[in-house]
Amino acid sequence: MKQQYHQSERFTPDKELQACGLFGVMDTSGKCFGGEMAINAIKNMKVRGNGLGGGFGVYGLYPDYKEYYALHIMYQDKNQAAKRLVEEYLKQNFYVVYDEEIPTDPGVNVFQPPLVWRYFVSPTHRKGAEDTMTDDEYVVSKVMFVNINIEDAYVFSSGKNVGVFKGVGFPEEIAAYFMLDKLYQGYIWTVHSRFPTNTPGWWGGAHPFGILDWTVVHNGEISSYGTNRRFLEMHDYYCTLYTDTEVVAYAVDLLMRKQGLPIEIVSRIFAPPLWDAIKLMSEKDKKLYTALRTVYAPLLLNGPFTVIVAHHNEMIGLTDRIRLRPLTAGAKGDLVFLSSEEGSIRAVCPDLDLVWTPPGGEPVVVRLNSKDHLLSTNKSI
Amino acid sequence: MQIKFGYRDNFLCEIRPTGELCSEYMCVDCGKAVIDAQNLKHKEVNDLCREAMLNDVTDITINNVFGQRYIGTRLYNPDKRPPVTITINKFPGNDLGVFLDGHRIIVNGNAQDGVGNTMNDGEIVVHGRAGDVVAMAMRGGKIFIRDNVGYRCAIHMKEFRDKLPVLVIGGTAQDFMGEYMAGGVVVMLGLNLKDGEPHRANYIGTGMHGGVIYLRGHVEPHQLGKEVGVRELDEKDWRTVQTHVHEYCRHFDKDPAPILTGRFIKLLPVSRRPYGNIYAY
Amino acid sequence: MYSYQLPEFIIDRAEDRCIRCRVCERQCANQVHSYDVELDKMFSGEKDCVGCQRCVVMCPTLALNVRPRTSDYRPNASWTRDKMQNLKKQAETGGVVLTGSGNDKPYRIYWDHLVLNASQVTNPSIDPLREPMELKTYLGRKPDAVKVTRGEDGFDVETESFPNVPLKTPLVFSAMSYGAISYPAYLSLAAAAKETGILFNTGEGGLPEHMRREYGGNAIVQCASGRFGVDADYLNSSQIVEIKIGQGAKPGIGGHLPGEKVLANISETRMIPIGTDALSPAPQHDIYSIEDLSMLIYALKEATNYEKPVSVKIAAVHNVAAIASGIVRAGADIVAIDGIRGGTGAAPLATRDNVGIPMELALAAVDKRLREEGIRHKCSIMAAGGIRCSADAIKAIALGADGVYIGTAALIAMGCTLCQKCYTGKCNWGITTQNPFLIKRLNPELTTRRLVNLIKSWSHEIQEMLGGMGINAIESLRGNRDHLRGVGLEEWELNVLGVKGAGE
Repeated sequence: MKQQYHQSERFTPDKELQACGLFGVMDTSGKCFGGEMAINAIKNMKVRGNGLGGGFGVYGLYPDYKEYYALHIMYQDKNQAAKRLVEEYLKQNFYVVYDEEIPTDPGVNVFQPPLVWRYFVSPTHRKGAEDTMTDDEYVVSKVMFVNINIEDAYVFSSGKNVGVFKGVGFPEEIAAYFMLDKLYQGYIWTVHSRFPTNTPGWWGGAHPFGILDWTVVHNGEISSYGTNRRFLEMHDYYCTLYTDTEVVAYAVDLLMRKQGLPIEIVSRIFAPPLWDAIKLMSEKDKKLYTALRTVYAPLLLNGPFTVIVAHHNEMIGLTDRIRLRPLTAGAKGDLVFLSSEEGSIRAVCPDLDLVWTPPGGEPVVVRLNSKDHLLSTNKSI
Repeated sequence: MQIKFGYRDNFLCEIRPTGELCSEYMCVDCGKAVIDAQNLKHKEVNDLCREAMLNDVTDITINNVFGQRYIGTRLYNPDKRPPVTITINKFPGNDLGVFLDGHRIIVNGNAQDGVGNTMNDGEIVVHGRAGDVVAMAMRGGKIFIRDNVGYRCAIHMKEFRDKLPVLVIGGTAQDFMGEYMAGGVVVMLGLNLKDGEPHRANYIGTGMHGGVIYLRGHVEPHQLGKEVGVRELDEKDWRTVQTHVHEYCRHFDKDPAPILTGRFIKLLPVSRRPYGNIYAY
Repeated sequence: MYSYQLPEFIIDRAEDRCIRCRVCERQCANQVHSYDVELDKMFSGEKDCVGCQRCVVMCPTLALNVRPRTSDYRPNASWTRDKMQNLKKQAETGGVVLTGSGNDKPYRIYWDHLVLNASQVTNPSIDPLREPMELKTYLGRKPDAVKVTRGEDGFDVETESFPNVPLKTPLVFSAMSYGAISYPAYLSLAAAAKETGILFNTGEGGLPEHMRREYGGNAIVQCASGRFGVDADYLNSSQIVEIKIGQGAKPGIGGHLPGEKVLANISETRMIPIGTDALSPAPQHDIYSIEDLSMLIYALKEATNYEKPVSVKIAAVHNVAAIASGIVRAGADIVAIDGIRGGTGAAPLATRDNVGIPMELALAAVDKRLREEGIRHKCSIMAAGGIRCSADAIKAIALGADGVYIGTAALIAMGCTLCQKCYTGKCNWGITTQNPFLIKRLNPELTTRRLVNLIKSWSHEIQEMLGGMGINAIESLRGNRDHLRGVGLEEWELNVLGVKGAGE
């Protein structure tokens, strides 16, 4: 694919159109729970998807292997040659502790399922210059390699103690196929119901999209995708999965992991305040926001969006700065919910302690063992 | 990847016939009907409402509503039947009362986006908060929201002669309130704001070229669109505000006196042709 | 500010023919001609002339000749006269340059590069004058299959069918709102649609109440971003409800009705104050994503009790195929695609000329994509934007359209000469104006006759060409690109259109 890019920008793959329903739930005390809440909530929002995509991101599901990177890899059309190549590659570059096919329910009928395999690996076996890389860097570069160079093989998720299950079908069908309500418990569940218009049968296109332990579910269309993608390419992130959500995941990885910026700043990069509002701020704030907007201008996400970004210990909900897509947050006890519609939160938890909707560009940050999510209620309705 | 996937209908799939639903989910008793909407799809709930109306029911109660949409829309009937009152318990979905034409809807819970979207006549009362684009393109009738509302409420509201839509909000709103208003009355009371705390909305009334917003509380000038002017209320305005506040209090069991002592301002458009100068003819 | 612009037209008057009848003076809404009593001479002030040719046509002795001044500045292929004049206009006003009607720039017209087949020897032509030639079309969603049960006296159809609307011929009048065009023009479209058994589109302006009973049966009503005139009665009096997302002349922005045209009647139908500009907002504020479009489609279906098909009108833009696929999956029964040559009453010049793609390519791409996904039968495709003759219409159908919207062609039939000044409200032909003096010039009965003649003549021509191809029912041509060949097109264009080169 790198060759394709060199030939001409004319041949870059088109990103798909999609629209969706989102839901996320986190237990801030770290207690793990099963998937019924997530599945029932997304079923309530069935009309937001069109049955051509659904997916789940689960955190804390592999307590026995939590020190190892769990790679969920999909082989399109059950291509065995691709599988062999990938396994060769993994053996050369990682210490593979354990691997197996992700268990699926044979009774559930889904459309053309690919082969989905999970590998628990540790990043040893490094050569030469790679010694200086951090573990995370190493894993990212290897994942990029698999996505770009090995035909028919795509990595769904590559984090420690994190798993992404997704595919073509209504989300409840995907949940039944992967037996999510029976087999897994997690302290963060994010779900996505997709409404794509392109290339059905492409399991890799569903959300959540993940890199390391970042998973992103996204509702909306990023009209600045071309700009964002070209900026990220300069930083060695290649968008190969035909969806605009990729730029969000890679941008979050770049800003939060590589450049160490906190989430409050990152949300202000994705959804910055308008220049009219910056004019009225204090000198200190003016300096900060002007710096962010000028340096990170290519990462401004334009277009309607609601994203739920999750990684270990945090789940973050963010909408675009003029709130063209909805997001409602709810809390009851230790559980915090984020969803496209209040009705779906109520369907799984009818009596909430608190329900609020933050303004555009204001993140709701749900952190482990804290009440930080309540900070966003100040400006919310 | 040239695989033909065909079409999956997410809205109309597995809709059960109305006859079957009637016996299980609805019970009708001399002009009143009670529907249990637990696990019913959007169209099924509305099929039952229409069935009830065609059987001369004028009072429908729907329980266990979790996100069902378009409630109140399917009741258009050119035979001029008497208006129906629908009481919704729990949480209706988007587009509550979209294109509503003369009926009454009462919600005991929070509403979502699109309440009274393009409503022509009737009344909607929400005992809770509502979401975005409440009263969008509303042309007549009344909407009362007890608590707060979201973005772009009363956007492009319209009026003509005696057809005057009214939106009364008990709490506050988010950005773009009254965007592009062409007519109608909005009363925003800010009852849950602290003393001296300004309303939080920005770009209030941007593009306004008709209608009026009565605001109780405080806004900074930079929060208003450039087409908006601020005025004090006159006799006629006070009478209008009092009428609407009294009606609001009747619905939500509140005392109008402390509300009416608050400071009210009137927001109205300063020009009828705010865009007259941007084109070169 | 003193204007530096040059006049756009030259008026030549043959003095020996001019009989000083002063018809030209009375007919010109821009007050170009005037009569000097003392000198007994007609004077023409060219600065205000817009080249509408009304005076030329009405002059009893054909003494006038109005022609464009094209080459006043030194010839410059880059800085053309148009560009320079518009620049000067902007310098004088600081405003956005407005214009009317469709794109006039020399983008390639694919209709002129496609040729049709005719039957010879192996397959007989069919004589359209004597043998039946069926043009009847149904618009709407079709079910996957028809299930029948054998009954006592034949077969009973079990499948519940979706609402479908019949057309006697696959031509439909395009959306022109009451407000953009005058009342007689609007009424003529409605009456002509009723007489010829086709449909007309109310556009954004609503359908006046007194017309609903008589013409509602031939109306496509629009629910546009301004929601002007939309109530449950309006929706239920129509045959099809159309959601307007965009139009080809100005993709991405909303409708413009300058305040000059918002007089009493318009104010009543649209419910806005007299004299205000009716600028429809660009997006529909409850549709910010495709699942929201699905929400509005079903809201309209609920409001009309699932009895009417819902259509979605979009402008042809870059990834129109994916958008159309999304629209069909969102529940729409008809998709209308408006190309870059679509007309309008008012649009910013920059948007009209530069935004959008040609309708031919969009149509071919959409038809192909919907078939690839197996959902082509779930919708009917209407093509709009620059259909100039029946040959264009038949080529559109061969590329995959179910029907064709004609806008500019209908206006030309009514008398329009594309002077592109619709937004000023001074249309000399009485079509795009609300001025009561000018409107009187348009007689609804005669105008209806003109439109009916247009539809009849085009239908006959289509029948002739169909017969020539050996087809006697229009549905056999729909999407049948084998009957088209391209002439003078590049490789990629032939690929997008899905058509072979002539001789291949």
